[in-house]
Amino acid sequence: MALMSLLPFFEWCENSDLIVAMRGSLWLFPMIESVHLMGLALVGGAVLMVDLRLLGFGLRRQPVAQVAKEAQPWLLASLGVMLPSGFLLFMASAVKCFYLPAFWVKMASLSVALVFTFVVRRHLAMAPEGSVNPLRAKAVALVSLSLWSSVAIAGRLVGFP
Amino acid sequence: MSLLRFCEWLASTPGSIALHESLYVYLIVSTVHVVTLTLFVGTAVMLDLRLLGVTLRSVPVSEVAGRLWPWTAMGFLVMIVSGALLFYANPPPRYQNIFFRAKMLLLVLAGINALVFHRTVYRNVTEWDLDPVPPGRARAAGGLALLFWAATIVSGRMIAYDWFDCSKQPQPKIVNVLAGCVTDTR
Repeated sequence: MALMSLLPFFEWCENSDLIVAMRGSLWLFPMIESVHLMGLALVGGAVLMVDLRLLGFGLRRQPVAQVAKEAQPWLLASLGVMLPSGFLLFMASAVKCFYLPAFWVKMASLSVALVFTFVVRRHLAMAPEGSVNPLRAKAVALVSLSLWSSVAIAGRLVGFP
Repeated sequence: MSLLRFCEWLASTPGSIALHESLYVYLIVSTVHVVTLTLFVGTAVMLDLRLLGVTLRSVPVSEVAGRLWPWTAMGFLVMIVSGALLFYANPPPRYQNIFFRAKMLLLVLAGINALVFHRTVYRNVTEWDLDPVPPGRARAAGGLALLFWAATIVSGRMIAYDWFDCSKQPQPKIVNVLAGCVTDTR
């Protein structure tokens, strides 16, 4: 199977000099986990603000495009926190991740969520006011919420011992 | 009855035992608790960032606060219920966990910060509602809130680590005092 050929990479991650050195510290990994959770809160805020607006809640007096534009830098910033911290956490227990379905579910839903958010949702949010079918906007928001929820839930499951 | 005795009694109730021994319910509750960070802290942070004047600068502060508040409140409710259940599954170890105690203290501080903000600067919000960058005291409240949420998240994550567990002796005296460990002094 193609996936099996990735196993050496996962093994290399877990035994890399960086991770071995980091294991020497008691506080380092719990701190990285905490930073990852702070990123989660910020991703949540940035994603929800736009999806709630598309659903007709939250900042509904402001145009969708404005809300999306304001949320964008925070979404990028939160991903800038999430991806490096998440990668370090992954490296620390890469072999466990390899055999964990939740990990693959998370990676798959994360990839789809990123593409959906930065292509489909962004395109819809930036369209001129009134040119978007409200039902379509709501559907996009629901798909976005489902995708990001599955990233978060699968992520939590990866964290279980 | 001391709080510790109360926690010991709580741990002996059937609900606590069932939750402690459950395979999936505890897992689901803890997942709900973590994922609701997005709703609770996520929406709270957006208001704090507006108070700092770094986002939604053209939207009135009262508009951001009013529209996001119901979602923050809903998130808070889910956090409290799921958090109480997590406590109920392990009352004495949580009660004597130094990070749990720190987290409760931080929540109180975050609450006081929000209360003071509402009772003081926010009362005259009409005077600065449209300011792209709100006055110093509002920025201070937003900044403090961000710090408190970050520290709450850190201490919450740390509860899972039992380095300072009362059962792990010897510990420095300060740890035993802060965690409320009953050390044998006979």
